[in-house]
This record gives sequence, structure tokens and C-alpha cells, in this order.
Amino acid sequence: MKEMLLLLVGSALVNNFVLVRFLGICPFLGMTRQLDTALGMGLAASLVLVISAMASWLVNTYILAVLNLEFMQIVVFILMIACLVQLLEMVLRKMMPGLYQAMGIYLALITTNCAIMGIALLVVGSGYTFWQTTVFAIGAGLGFTLALVMMAGIREELEFVDVPPAAKGTSLALLIAGIMSMGFLGFAGLVPM
Amino acid sequence: MQKYLDDIVRGLFRENPTFRMLIGMCPPLAVTTSAVSGLIMGLATTAVLICSSTLISVLKSLIPKQVRIPVFIVIIATFVTMIDLILAALVPDVHKVLGLFVPLIVVNCLILGRAEAFASRMPVSRSITDALGMGLGFTWALTFIGCIRELLGAGTLFGATIMGESFVNWQIMQLPPGAFFTMGLIVFTLNLIGNHRARNVQKAARKQIQVVGKEG
Repeated sequence: MKEMLLLLVGSALVNNFVLVRFLGICPFLGMTRQLDTALGMGLAASLVLVISAMASWLVNTYILAVLNLEFMQIVVFILMIACLVQLLEMVLRKMMPGLYQAMGIYLALITTNCAIMGIALLVVGSGYTFWQTTVFAIGAGLGFTLALVMMAGIREELEFVDVPPAAKGTSLALLIAGIMSMGFLGFAGLVPM
Repeated sequence: MQKYLDDIVRGLFRENPTFRMLIGMCPPLAVTTSAVSGLIMGLATTAVLICSSTLISVLKSLIPKQVRIPVFIVIIATFVTMIDLILAALVPDVHKVLGLFVPLIVVNCLILGRAEAFASRMPVSRSITDALGMGLGFTWALTFIGCIRELLGAGTLFGATIMGESFVNWQIMQLPPGAFFTMGLIVFTLNLIGNHRARNVQKAARKQIQVVGKEG
């Protein structure tokens, strides 16, 4: 139990997907102008992160490793993620139209998000068991959502601040991300590596 | 001839993917702890970009419109697998440093973007020059960021010691925050230059209007 908790904290805070591992920078910079957009994107991405981590673990362990086809990982995983996102979109539209309304537009963007592909390759390379993979993915999703929401909160406040015109937009967002990343470095001692 | 040259120059400067268009932002931040790793990552991406753009341009009349994106992705993923294995065989040390980011070339929006916007519409020869320009633009951007971070963070450049004995390494430049700071300041500087230029153009235009007004 303690091990799982450490794994969760480790993937959410210590090795935060956005601020420490640099995965999913595009939505982090592009979709954090408003708090609710950031939250929607974060939750949609978390859902896909967990599903894709579990699916890639299963595919790798029971198909690729058995057939000695591990060199096909990149091709197989990207196709698997594309199919999964399509499938998820259809299921959500039929079963939970409310949720689909809230998340639908983000789902299409998620297919080519490096965080999703990244977690598939990470869990396969790390030698985790199935449950460890799941916990790791939940942590990653939490960390991703946290980074997006924090960034959106800061940027919403900054709307009313007088900054040099050249710093507006991406430049300022990157500098803020740098300071946030410094903060997250402080978590490094939290989990024994 | 002019067109081809223009394709290359456009990718290098005016539409530089990293500095001007700000797409494919993960590698410029993640693998630029040293100039060498930035350079190799850039060249690997360029190789994938040229191969996939060429193949997509050759096959563009055969690929059905509705399923073009999955087809592009499979083509790109194939070349990424090849580059990944080649790097692991030729430069295992650098391959280890780049780690996850070599297979992640497959989701770099630069490559799919060029396939969709350029290679699937243009003749093969121009797709190659466009890919070459964009790839080299990406490469020099990564190498440039790598140089700054290596010089300030470790006092070296391509492995050779540059800074004197008394230089204290800015450790932070080698850590994740350094990447954000470097990139943020580069974008800031480019914006400053851009704004300055725009103001000059405006001034010149206003002067012309005044001259015309006097003549009238």
C-alpha cells in the first residue's frame, strides 16, 4: 500500500509530466488561458492517460512480448491510441452525452499528444506490474491536471497586470512555467529514488 | 530554382518551427541540456521529416482522403522506428540521453503538420526542400538552445571547456526550469525585435503619408 502511495506521489509531483518530464507542453501552453478549459483538458487527458497506459501494458505483455515483436512498439502504440480515442469518443457520446459535451472537443486533440504516447512507452520500459501501471497513470493524470489548472489560475490573474508588450503570451507563460518547475523540484526529496 | 531556395530559407528563419511558429515544443525543452544532444535530436527529426514527406508526396494520389491521417501516422511511425534503431546502434550514449524523445518524434506536430499542409499537396521535389528547410530550422533552434544551456550550465560548448576556472556553473540551466527560462527569454527577445521592426515600418509609412499629403 505504502509503495503504491509513493508511486502515485512520485508520478504526480516529483516527476510531474509537464513541468519535469516536458510531456504535453502543447496543451500546457495553448489551453491554459481559462480555468474551465484547462480543467476540461486536464480531466480528458487523465482519462485517456489511464486507459492508454493499461492498454499498452496489456498489448505489450500479451501480444508483442509473446511474439518477440517489441521493435514494433511505436507503430502499434500510436495506432492503438488513435483507435482508443475514437472508441472513447463514441462510447462517451452514446452513454454520457453530458460528459461528452464537456470533454468532446479535447478528445480529438489528445491523439497526437506526447503525454499519451509517452506514458505508453514509459510503462513498457519501466517493468511495472499491471496495478503499478494503473497507479502510475492515475498519478500522471493528476499531475498533468494540477499543472494545467495552476497555470490557468496564474494566467487568468495576469490578464489584469501591466506587462511589457513583448512578454505577453507564450513568453510570459514559459517564464512562469520555469518558476513553477523550480517549485516542483522541491518535491524531489519526497520519494526515495 | 528561386522557389526551392525560398522553401529552405523560409523554414530556417521566417517560419522557423521552434522560434516563430512555436510547434513541437517538447523536444526543444527536453533534450537541450547539451549542444550535442540538441544537434542529434534535430538531425534525427530532420531525417524522419524528409523521408516521410517524400513518401507521402509520392503516394498522395493513392491515399484516400478520408483515411489520410492514419496513413500518414503509420508512415511516420515506420521511419521513427528505423531512426530509433539506427541511433541505438550508432550512438548508444546519446540515444540513452535522448531516451523517450526519439520514439516521441512520431507525435511531433511539426512532422504531421508538414505532411498535411505541404507534402500531401505539392510535387515531390518541393516537398523535399520544404522538409529540408523545416528540419534544418528545427535543428539549428535545438542546437542554439543547447549551446546556451550547456555554456551557462556546465561551462562547456560541444564538450570543450569555454568558461574560465573561476566560472561557477549555473546548475539551474541544466535542470528543467532552465529550459523554460531559456526558451521564454528567446521568445521574449524575438518579440522585442519583431515589435521594433513593426514600429519602424509604421513610422516609414507615416512619413510617406505626410510627404504625399504635402505634395497634394
